[in-house]
Amino acid sequence: MNEFLQLLIVGISQGCIYGLMALGFVMIYKATEMVNFAQGDMMMLGSFVAWTLIMDLGMPFWLGVPATLIVMALFGALVDILIVRRVIGQPQFAVIILTLGLGIIFRAAAGMIWGHVPLTIDSPISGFSSFYGIVIGNERLVIIAVTALLITILWTYFRYSKWGVAMKATSQNQLAAYYSGIPVRVIISAVWAVAAAISALAGILLAPITLIEPMNGLLGIKAFAAAVIGGFGSMPGAILGGLIVGIIEPFAAAYIPAVKGSMVYIVMLIVLALRPQGLFAQIHKKKL
Amino acid sequence: MRILFKTNYKQDLNLAKHSGHRFWYGLLILVLLAAPLILDGYYIGEATRVLIFAMAGLGLMVVTGFTGQVSLGHAAFLLIGAYTNAWFLAQGFSSFIALPMAALLSMIGGLLVAIPAARMSGIYLAIATLVFAIIVEDVAGHLSSITGGNRGMMVDVPMLFGYQIWQSWELYLFVLIILVAATLIVLNILRSPLGRAMIAVRDSEVSSQALGVNPMKIKVFAFTVSAAITGLAGAFLAHYMLFLTPQIFGILLSIQLLLMIVLGGLGTVHGVFFGAVLIGVLETGISIAKDALPSSIGGLPGIEPLVFGVILVSVIAFEPTGIYSRWVKIRSYMEFFPIYRRKSFKRQRVYLKTERLK
Amino acid sequence: MSFLEIKNLSISFGGVKAVDDVSFSIEEGSVYAIIGPNGAGKSTIFNLLSRFYEPLSGQLNFSGNELLELGAKDIARLGIARTFQNLELFEHASVLQNLLVGRHVHNNQSWWRQMLFTRSVVEAELEHRRKVEEVIDFLELAHYRNQMISGLPYGVRKKIELARALCIEPKLLLLDEPSSGLNPEETEEMGFWIEDIRRDLNITVVLIEHDMSLVAEVSDRVLAIVNGRVATEGSHAFVQSHPDVVSAYLGDVK
Ligand SMILES: Nc1ncnc2c1ncn2[C@@H]1O[C@H](COP(=O)(O)OP(=O)(O)OP(=O)(O)O)[C@@H](O)[C@H]1O
Ligand SMILES: [Mg+2]
Repeated sequence: MNEFLQLLIVGISQGCIYGLMALGFVMIYKATEMVNFAQGDMMMLGSFVAWTLIMDLGMPFWLGVPATLIVMALFGALVDILIVRRVIGQPQFAVIILTLGLGIIFRAAAGMIWGHVPLTIDSPISGFSSFYGIVIGNERLVIIAVTALLITILWTYFRYSKWGVAMKATSQNQLAAYYSGIPVRVIISAVWAVAAAISALAGILLAPITLIEPMNGLLGIKAFAAAVIGGFGSMPGAILGGLIVGIIEPFAAAYIPAVKGSMVYIVMLIVLALRPQGLFAQIHKKKL
Repeated sequence: MRILFKTNYKQDLNLAKHSGHRFWYGLLILVLLAAPLILDGYYIGEATRVLIFAMAGLGLMVVTGFTGQVSLGHAAFLLIGAYTNAWFLAQGFSSFIALPMAALLSMIGGLLVAIPAARMSGIYLAIATLVFAIIVEDVAGHLSSITGGNRGMMVDVPMLFGYQIWQSWELYLFVLIILVAATLIVLNILRSPLGRAMIAVRDSEVSSQALGVNPMKIKVFAFTVSAAITGLAGAFLAHYMLFLTPQIFGILLSIQLLLMIVLGGLGTVHGVFFGAVLIGVLETGISIAKDALPSSIGGLPGIEPLVFGVILVSVIAFEPTGIYSRWVKIRSYMEFFPIYRRKSFKRQRVYLKTERLK
Repeated sequence: MSFLEIKNLSISFGGVKAVDDVSFSIEEGSVYAIIGPNGAGKSTIFNLLSRFYEPLSGQLNFSGNELLELGAKDIARLGIARTFQNLELFEHASVLQNLLVGRHVHNNQSWWRQMLFTRSVVEAELEHRRKVEEVIDFLELAHYRNQMISGLPYGVRKKIELARALCIEPKLLLLDEPSSGLNPEETEEMGFWIEDIRRDLNITVVLIEHDMSLVAEVSDRVLAIVNGRVATEGSHAFVQSHPDVVSAYLGDVK
């Protein structure tokens, strides 16, 4: 029982990271129908930027985190403005290949700038908590708390703020949003900015429990599986998908070690085979 | 400018449409056959790699370029082909058994993916194939009794009629012959009802159905043929590599294949070869440049992927139809010189084509 | 039993009935027009006939075949061809290739023969080509034969879609707004072709059309759909003067 609980909490905290990244995918997808295969690499860049600000330039942690989010938000907007915007309306594979290429560039560039020796950030959170007979790292509890907080903020934002509502309108119908005076291009860049910042936050949260290295960008694939299981259409779906993926991992590693690397993907393939549009998908059908 | 006078419809069915075609392609084949007489061992090796990649790209083109199904997992078929070939050779079978088995097993793998994949579209398909490749790589790492696991596996040289192919030029010719045969088969498919149905499914699945095409069947067919060809390429890749580990067949290899056919030009057989040559020249170029540059730059790890990534992104953002279409543009510019209109190749302004229902 | 018989057909999208208990039948050799305001459900009827959508209820019978027992890919084989309101051509292929896809239902060569391009495939291809050339001559498309679709003007594309449907050698032809986007001359031309198709090729035609002069010119019977329901059916003069139809077009729908 204790072991079960322990694995569950580890899974949930890991799942929060995947869920945050999946949230980024889904936000961009909903606004632009583009799939950003470089999302994981943005997370990775986020943790490197945080490392530079905090460890290299000596910023205090609590200042370094918001600074990282701002830097990465600007970066996300720039990626949209300079590159991604050019392929709007091109076939889907063009977008897939484009963002895959961006991912490769980000990973290679990170390797050149920060090297391939794993780095760590000194986190102000440390130690363990124990309750009900289980012992859990405090960083993991922080991950869960921060994610919950972020979801609440995002939910309020999309519900009540002017920009949030405009983003939602844009993702539902670009043309209609355009006609009702919403600056669609700006909104799309803003979506990229927010998605990049969310991924960067995931990267910062992840930093204390793994080492920072360029290959972390490939974690994006797992977040992808999360988005797929969640149906790619809804933000709660993304978080839920992330949690499912996060929980599968430690349990697979504990009970069926032979498939621990692929279990998540096998589950995802099963979901896709049964429901080719994902578990919680909306209708995707072209009108004739 | 060349004007063709059609005497009958049969002319249109020929692979070489006019004597110019026949001359240039004949010459190309002759030059390729004669290459071992001119080039030394190192360059023959590089050329062999280009041919092997062309074969793999040909397979990918069938499914991605002609049928419109993006596969991010073709490295898996290279892996299956490579290990199957190596295993059968290690058991003492000749290449006459090992190569067809490589194609066959890869084909079965293709069939396994294709049946669920045929129902998916766009991103879901891309992700499913990507994930398939990850799983295959993982399984190959675990099946150490067959594949040697992560420690790797030595590959025996090809064997035909009890004769072992040791020389690099022999392998080159072997690959060349198989590649030409595979290309001819793909060209035949393209000029038949099957090929047209593939293009129909790619460009408009609904109207292909309204014309009696069964998109599921066509997609499965394309995927299977594609996997077989790529599996064969994998078998030869094993001979080129001499030593196999599952990590060789990671996601980067799949992306590199995709990059190749996008660079060359999606939807044309020419594109495959343009792409393969381009990637080959680039790789050789980078490795030469690396030696020439001061080690502070040239020695940086990751310079190769960086260059590839930058090229990939620039091509998609600025020349999405690939090098082949740039060549077509240049050619028609020269042919029609005084009356060339800039507009004739202008990219149409496109708006976000939604696949969602409004 | 009629050539095409539609009984109590209904479908809804997200709770809204797009087609609501529609019944009508069409005689062989006639030209039948469906009219109605935007969003009335006309195209949806075609999409139901093509088996792209699954109806809630109803029966579709085409010369003795229950269409609901078949899938979208089987419809062409029965001899039903169609065009699309928003054009669904194969953009990155030549006109000739597009038309040859129309011959797909007449292909009986096995896949391995096609891979080897054997003699029998060559023979069959030549036969398809001859048939396609007949259609090209009929619709005067020779000039465009080897051009890519993506570079062609809208009016020509419409003609090519019609041509592609004819390559099936259908018994029934469904045309979704054949005149939309065409200029008056092209529309008139389209009218002549529809007449020729019926008379010379012996094909029954159903067309969805907003241009009432074209409807009056070519159609034997007219069906008016309003809000997914049959408003009335009859000769074009009768339908056009029917009070429900008039009020629907003037915009004061109940
Ligand atoms: N696939 C679909 N999903 C949801 N709603 C649909 C779908 N297809 C059609 N509809 C809806 O059904 C109704 C009828 O649409 P339909 O396209 O049949 O109209 P129409 O009579 O052809 O109009 P028009 O003259 O504009 O072509 C519309 O309200 C449309 O939005
Ligand atoms: Mg319509």
